[in-house]
Amino acid sequence: MTEKIAYYPGCTAKSYAKYMDSTARIVMKELGIELVELDRWNCCGTVYGLADDNLYSQLAPIRNMIRTLENGFDEVVTICSMCYNTLARANDLFKSDKEKADRLNAFMYKEPDYEGNVTVLHLLDLLVKRVKFQAVKEKVTNPLKGLKIAPYYGCTLLRPREISIDENIEHPSILSELIFALGGEPVEDPYMTECCGSYLTVKDKHLVADRTNKIVGSMQKRSADIIMVSCPLCQFNLDRRQKEVKALNPAFHKVPIVYFTQLMALAMGVDYKKLGFQDHYVDPVPILKKRGLIREKKKVAAKIAK
Amino acid sequence: MAFVKLTKSKKNIQFREKVIELAGNAVIKCYQCGECSGGCPEAGAMDLLPNQVMHKIQLGDESVLHANTFWICSTCLVCSTRCPKGIDIAKVMEALREIVLRSKQSYLTLDSLEEDDLKEIPQIAFVSSFKKQTQ
Ligand code: SF4
Ligand code: SF4
Repeated sequence: MTEKIAYYPGCTAKSYAKYMDSTARIVMKELGIELVELDRWNCCGTVYGLADDNLYSQLAPIRNMIRTLENGFDEVVTICSMCYNTLARANDLFKSDKEKADRLNAFMYKEPDYEGNVTVLHLLDLLVKRVKFQAVKEKVTNPLKGLKIAPYYGCTLLRPREISIDENIEHPSILSELIFALGGEPVEDPYMTECCGSYLTVKDKHLVADRTNKIVGSMQKRSADIIMVSCPLCQFNLDRRQKEVKALNPAFHKVPIVYFTQLMALAMGVDYKKLGFQDHYVDPVPILKKRGLIREKKKVAAKIAK
Repeated sequence: MAFVKLTKSKKNIQFREKVIELAGNAVIKCYQCGECSGGCPEAGAMDLLPNQVMHKIQLGDESVLHANTFWICSTCLVCSTRCPKGIDIAKVMEALREIVLRSKQSYLTLDSLEEDDLKEIPQIAFVSSFKKQTQ
């Protein structure tokens, strides 16, 4: 039987990262879980407001908790790491600070009062805790054999400690475990938990290019074929900023940056043309072909032979 | 034992209080171990290292607002998770940004963005940078 769970896609999963969204839906369906997109969800605000007096920025995430209850669920799963961080932190603040919670409810007087009774999950949480990687492994029909995959966590899946999806925030292993389940070979690098530069990409893209150079360069030196991420902004920075890196450092070798759900779908036998690789700046297809993970249909081969 | 009062002027005390109001009073616990700066990925490009920022705040030195530190801080939270005194340094950086932004000065202005960037950069980056860097 298919289990249903409330799903918060977030803005970027509807545009720039639409293949992160579509592949997540495909693989979860394969694993027996239907992601039910929340009605009337709104942007979470992308970053958690840190200033003590800034309750304004907590409104957007908390409204999504209210939407979750309205849709008949008491937990909500998201795939974008930044959304996860913002939603989970705002929710924790609400649960732990009665005075702020009351003020937020009073401000949103047109909404039903929220009582802090929603749980926010990242899709990886759901995979680890409920689905289990063993079940993922059982669905693999195209094991990523021989593919050296560098996991990249970035910041928002791990910090602060209270919302971390992995117990060990300095040396997490969840993504490596997923890579093993998919039949790939994890290449762990110290830069896997280092910030990609995040929103600095707007005003100070040279700083982000510098980080991309360090992070991707280090993983490349460890012979990573591909880098696996869970955040659209990490994907954008590490992928698109390789353009600027190449200009700065001609010796740099490009490495494709993919979402974990794209690799899951590939390993589960989904046609690679449905995975959105055409949207990437650094094309993952050549290396996947080289490792024998993408095979052109026999028909085409036969035609050419004729 | 006599204590030396480092922060005497009213102006300095007011500035420190302003930061404490936004970021909590943990900032006074900093003992300059440098752990925050050691882990900060942007330390190399900062005018003042995160621990130096902490010290200036303790002294109530408003000149810290001219440093680029808190603008090029990407809120990665490495400092906050490693500080042995449990100080949320990223939150202190936010307090400094808020103090400047609330005085109607922005770090990022929309007309400075190039057309290619506007087309290419995803909205997740715009929304977050606007929240952190514009008034
Ligand atoms: S890690 Fe904490 S105690 Fe050490 S210098 Fe930084 S703020 Fe101060
Ligand atoms: S949160 Fe800011 S100051 Fe702290 S380590 Fe990250 S970039 Fe540096």
